[in-house]
Amino acid sequence: MAKRIDVSGLSAYYGSVRAIEDISLTVEPRTVTAFIGPSGCGKSTVLRTLNRMHEVIPGTRVEGKVLLDDVDLYGPGIDPVAVRRTVGMVFQRPNPFPTMSIYENVAAGLRLNGVRGKSDLDGVVEHSLRGANLWNEVKDRLNKPGMGLSGGQQQRLCIARAIAVSPEVLLMDEPCSALDPISTLAIEDLIAQLKSEYTIVIVTHNMQQAARVSDRTAFFNIAGTGEPGKLIEIDETPRIFANPSQRATEDYITGRFG
Amino acid sequence: MSNERLSPVADADEVEVRDPRSGLTAKAGLGDRLFGGSARGAAVFILILMAAIAAFLIYQAAEAIGKDQVNFVTSFTWDPDGNSTPNGQPEFGIAAIAWGTLVTSVIGVLLGAPVAIGVALFITQYLPRKIGSVFGYIVDLLAAVPSVVYGLWGLLVLDQHMSGVSKIIEDVLGWIPLFKTDGTYGSSMFTAGVVLAIMILPIIAAIAREIYKQTPREQIEAAYALGATRWEMIRLAVLPYGRSGVTSAIILGFGRALGETIAVAMVLTQVPGLVTRILQPGGNTIAANIAVQFGDAFTTGRQALIASGLVLFLMTLIVNYAARVVVRRAGKAGS
Repeated sequence: MAKRIDVSGLSAYYGSVRAIEDISLTVEPRTVTAFIGPSGCGKSTVLRTLNRMHEVIPGTRVEGKVLLDDVDLYGPGIDPVAVRRTVGMVFQRPNPFPTMSIYENVAAGLRLNGVRGKSDLDGVVEHSLRGANLWNEVKDRLNKPGMGLSGGQQQRLCIARAIAVSPEVLLMDEPCSALDPISTLAIEDLIAQLKSEYTIVIVTHNMQQAARVSDRTAFFNIAGTGEPGKLIEIDETPRIFANPSQRATEDYITGRFG
Repeated sequence: MSNERLSPVADADEVEVRDPRSGLTAKAGLGDRLFGGSARGAAVFILILMAAIAAFLIYQAAEAIGKDQVNFVTSFTWDPDGNSTPNGQPEFGIAAIAWGTLVTSVIGVLLGAPVAIGVALFITQYLPRKIGSVFGYIVDLLAAVPSVVYGLWGLLVLDQHMSGVSKIIEDVLGWIPLFKTDGTYGSSMFTAGVVLAIMILPIIAAIAREIYKQTPREQIEAAYALGATRWEMIRLAVLPYGRSGVTSAIILGFGRALGETIAVAMVLTQVPGLVTRILQPGGNTIAANIAVQFGDAFTTGRQALIASGLVLFLMTLIVNYAARVVVRRAGKAGS
């Protein structure tokens, strides 16, 4: 059950430094939204506020609202642990648990949710690995360490691990930046498939990737070092790349800066 | 420059004067030779010294064992000077004191290691960084307390309170021979084990702290992103990452407990023969036995103590080697 994300008036801080300021945007269910922008513009920070991962770092805080359908993720009584079970995340560098087998990696989140039965686990592990286009490559070595896979396979393993707990939303923080072009293509194909079931937000430095995989694109920018990142515009991806309404977006996309 | 030299128009005389190897040959100065020589000398000296010590100890030990009327490995008695043997001949064996050494050290590790790991996790995962480092420093201070002070404290303070605890343990687990007593408590191997636990706690805690602190951010975030609570994150990311290092830290702590001398000697009431009841007074360890017996021992007695010291050395050597194997194996598995 994919859900809609509604961000309004969102600011995030590292200590006293404001990393992003007054962000408001909407992400429709079963779409892919790409966050693009120069380094340090706060796009990853915005992403990390969507599953309350931002506050894992000591001294950080968030202001504003993030609605998942109609529930404010920062509202009173909301448990960040439960939020992260609903909003899954894939990171820049593939990070399977190094001591665990492929199977155990995918099952890790399920075990946290109290799933114990072997047949239940087996079913979800296979379904998730199939969902991540990895099943055929690893079905004969599920008990081998996850670290034995190639970088691209590890990243798909991490995607399998994230979707195993059936999240509503999948956040991806530059999921292909550590991968070669062929593995990147495999992940992009996967994103296109996952779109039918999940709401996906992807941060990327690769503008062709944003153009290929996303329905909508948000462009972030900073006025200068030490300034907070801001959302410049968000629109249909073809429009952002062909005819953006903001001059800064056009400059960035055409490679005049950033 | 090299172009100039290689060019055909270069002056012929100049070419002859210049050694083509100039600038590439070694130029070992006095300082280099002096330092290299003294470093080599120091290394050789240490090796010779160690070989000499080993030869001396092994010779002494062998002589004593040669005179031993009972089996050195299996006998429980310790009377190398023949003070109370029927014919005044030496009778001594390592079994009873080796047993006491192992039992007290195992108790020390069983009690100390979990607390040390808890302390390390608390400092690295629960406390804010600044308070954590202060707290860690205080735990490190435990290692700075001289062992004779631990001995005094164990004997005069801790032992008073062990009777009650020991009685409860006997009431619950008394059906196991190990935990049975003759009704007296204290000055026991259990008390010595508790003292050892406190003594090895700081080293295990310090190593574990350093390892847990280095848990990769990606692993921690991977766990949190799956919806792990803090404890679940520790189980998924921190503990597996630290497993091999902390295991070897525990083994190192065990090695220290094996060799601890004066605190154990002060706490234990030395009783001849094998003591299997850990809650009642009695028991002995190799190191404590040496400390207590050496002053009154005659020639064979001293040689026998040296033999026991060699056995202790062998035990700690094996334990330390085991710690290395654990680390090396984990390193291979991890890469």
